[in-house]
Amino acid sequence: MRVVIAEDLFLLREGLIRLLEAYGFEVAAATDNGEDFLAAIRKGGCDVAVVDVRLPPTFTDEGLRAALTARAENPGLPILVVSQYVEQLYARELLADGAGAVGYLLKDRVLDGAQFTDAVSRVARGGTAMDPEVIARLLARNTTPEGPVGKLSPREREVLELMAEGRSNVAIAARLVVTERAVAKHTASIFGKLGLQPSDDDNRRVLAVLAYLGR
Amino acid sequence: MYPTPDIIWHSPHQRPAAAANRHRGASGHLLALAHAGAFLGLLLVGVLLLALVAGPVLVGGLGLGHLIADLLHGSLGSGSDLTYLLGVLIGVASCWLLLPVALLAARRLAVRTSRLSARWCGVLIRQSYAPRPRGSRQGWRPGTTRLSYQQRMGWLLGDQATWRDLAWLLVNTVAGFVLLLVPLLLVGVGIVAFMIPGIGVFPGFAEHAVPKPAFPGNTPLVLFLIGLAMTAAGTLLAPLVLGGYAGLARWVLTPSAQAELQLRVAHLARTRTETLDTGAAELRRIERDLHDGAQARLVAMGLTLDAAGRLIDSDPAAARALLYEARDASAKALAELRDLVRGIHPPVLADRGIADAVRAIALDSPLRVQVTGALPGRPPAPVESAAYFAVSELLANVAKHSGTEAATVDVRHESGALRISVRDDGDGGADPARGTGLRGIERRLAAFDGVLVVTSPPGGPTEAILDVPCALS
Repeated sequence: MRVVIAEDLFLLREGLIRLLEAYGFEVAAATDNGEDFLAAIRKGGCDVAVVDVRLPPTFTDEGLRAALTARAENPGLPILVVSQYVEQLYARELLADGAGAVGYLLKDRVLDGAQFTDAVSRVARGGTAMDPEVIARLLARNTTPEGPVGKLSPREREVLELMAEGRSNVAIAARLVVTERAVAKHTASIFGKLGLQPSDDDNRRVLAVLAYLGR
Repeated sequence: MYPTPDIIWHSPHQRPAAAANRHRGASGHLLALAHAGAFLGLLLVGVLLLALVAGPVLVGGLGLGHLIADLLHGSLGSGSDLTYLLGVLIGVASCWLLLPVALLAARRLAVRTSRLSARWCGVLIRQSYAPRPRGSRQGWRPGTTRLSYQQRMGWLLGDQATWRDLAWLLVNTVAGFVLLLVPLLLVGVGIVAFMIPGIGVFPGFAEHAVPKPAFPGNTPLVLFLIGLAMTAAGTLLAPLVLGGYAGLARWVLTPSAQAELQLRVAHLARTRTETLDTGAAELRRIERDLHDGAQARLVAMGLTLDAAGRLIDSDPAAARALLYEARDASAKALAELRDLVRGIHPPVLADRGIADAVRAIALDSPLRVQVTGALPGRPPAPVESAAYFAVSELLANVAKHSGTEAATVDVRHESGALRISVRDDGDGGADPARGTGLRGIERRLAAFDGVLVVTSPPGGPTEAILDVPCALS
């Protein structure tokens, strides 16, 4: 799988390259600013992009804007945005086109190589990878005792969190050490309580949950 | 210390209202006449106020005079002295009770006059009153304070503006009266004493006959023409007189440049001290957070790594466990640093500016917050930062106290100021004097000459508007 990286900190860029190569990815280009990143994407042949939000020259949200531009030019291009902090506002902008194949993670998640590369390949396959912190905050603002999310059992909440992060039933089952069938039962119950249309498609399911929580 | 609807407190940036001259053309002249009448009405209220104070003074003065006269004649102790003494007591007591009320009433009249002259004549009068101090007594409503008599009088008499109000009361009664009377009398007398007797002699108008003035050649036509001329003169003069009247008010009511500078310097000195204090407290907090948080975690991480290094040959499994522990500690340190940075300067604010940062706050808030408005540019960074924390605090207040789950925030730049309003339809009754949060916001904004206005009647709705003068870039 060919990856294009945009990260301005030398150490982190090199670390990302080493990590991705160790897990069998091929790094097509590693850039340190938005312009070069867009140029690399336009050359084509990229399966997934990993972009830092804050890039030179402005050191504001240059990377995010480059990512959104790249997505507008190549609809559905898988992009994983990483940042020192997460903002729901940015998560919303990334999800806005409803096409999926986006990820938004804290840079800290790089520390767990296996999980991080799992997120990269999930995004590359058209899935979603939302940082647990984004999900935690989405849930926090939805958790009134009388609201639908408040009515979920603690286990269902856990499943909802993992589902919203973009994990498949298999991954959730492995994470919670339960059978896949148990997870399926929980998800059906969650969708019932939230009044959402159940869907067998993992990606569509995640987007529905995120849209519900972010409404 | 909040601007109340009827009184303009000292606010260093009173922005000029649209000063349209409305007294042009025929209808404008008639309007001017009506405005002159309205000013005269206001003036008569002032005269009434003077009479109200003069009454007790007269009673007390007469009593005192008689007492002194009796004392000088050596006839003190007669029966009528008791009446005189009573007069003095009544005079003193009424003055004591009436004075603060009368001073505030005089202030209201002056404020009303300056507002009307801005609206009607385009003459802007900059008034600045010393803000009401915090009283030492508990107020009637919880959280408010009441001023003692001494505090109230000290506040009023210590303010030069009060003396300007009193000067205006006197000048208005004499000069203003004469000025306003000129056009009104010309028109009034012209119509009543000349035009009506002039018309009265025409057939069919006999029943309206008013005795005509006696002078040689007083034919109806002459009378009518004289009346017409007087009315026209009065009407034509009205805008001029009104302008002069407003100018007179401005001359009396505008504080001297020195007085204004004094207020400005006091304001700056106060806000500077507060800003420095806030800054120092903030630095202390950051230092403490770093010391107790990230720094301590890094030390622990170093120790864990060291232990792992020593164990790596003898017990690789334990060493690996320690390494994972160190990794988790680094993640915690990162999370703490992230929270700290968010508290110092929120990244989204640096990235996107205040309008989007407010949207980000809205998304993180447990409330359903609707954000409207936009800015054509970005205010200076310190203003953005102050506004960000203010909105954050205000929304937190709504979530905590209002009893509602929805709020609206509006962000715009108007008449040279960033204006953000936070509104909810909750319980209301928010009181700036009670919580430290609102005062903190006020202090933060004061450093930029900004103000916070909170209107929150019991039962709601609550609206907090922060207004910071600044240019956009």
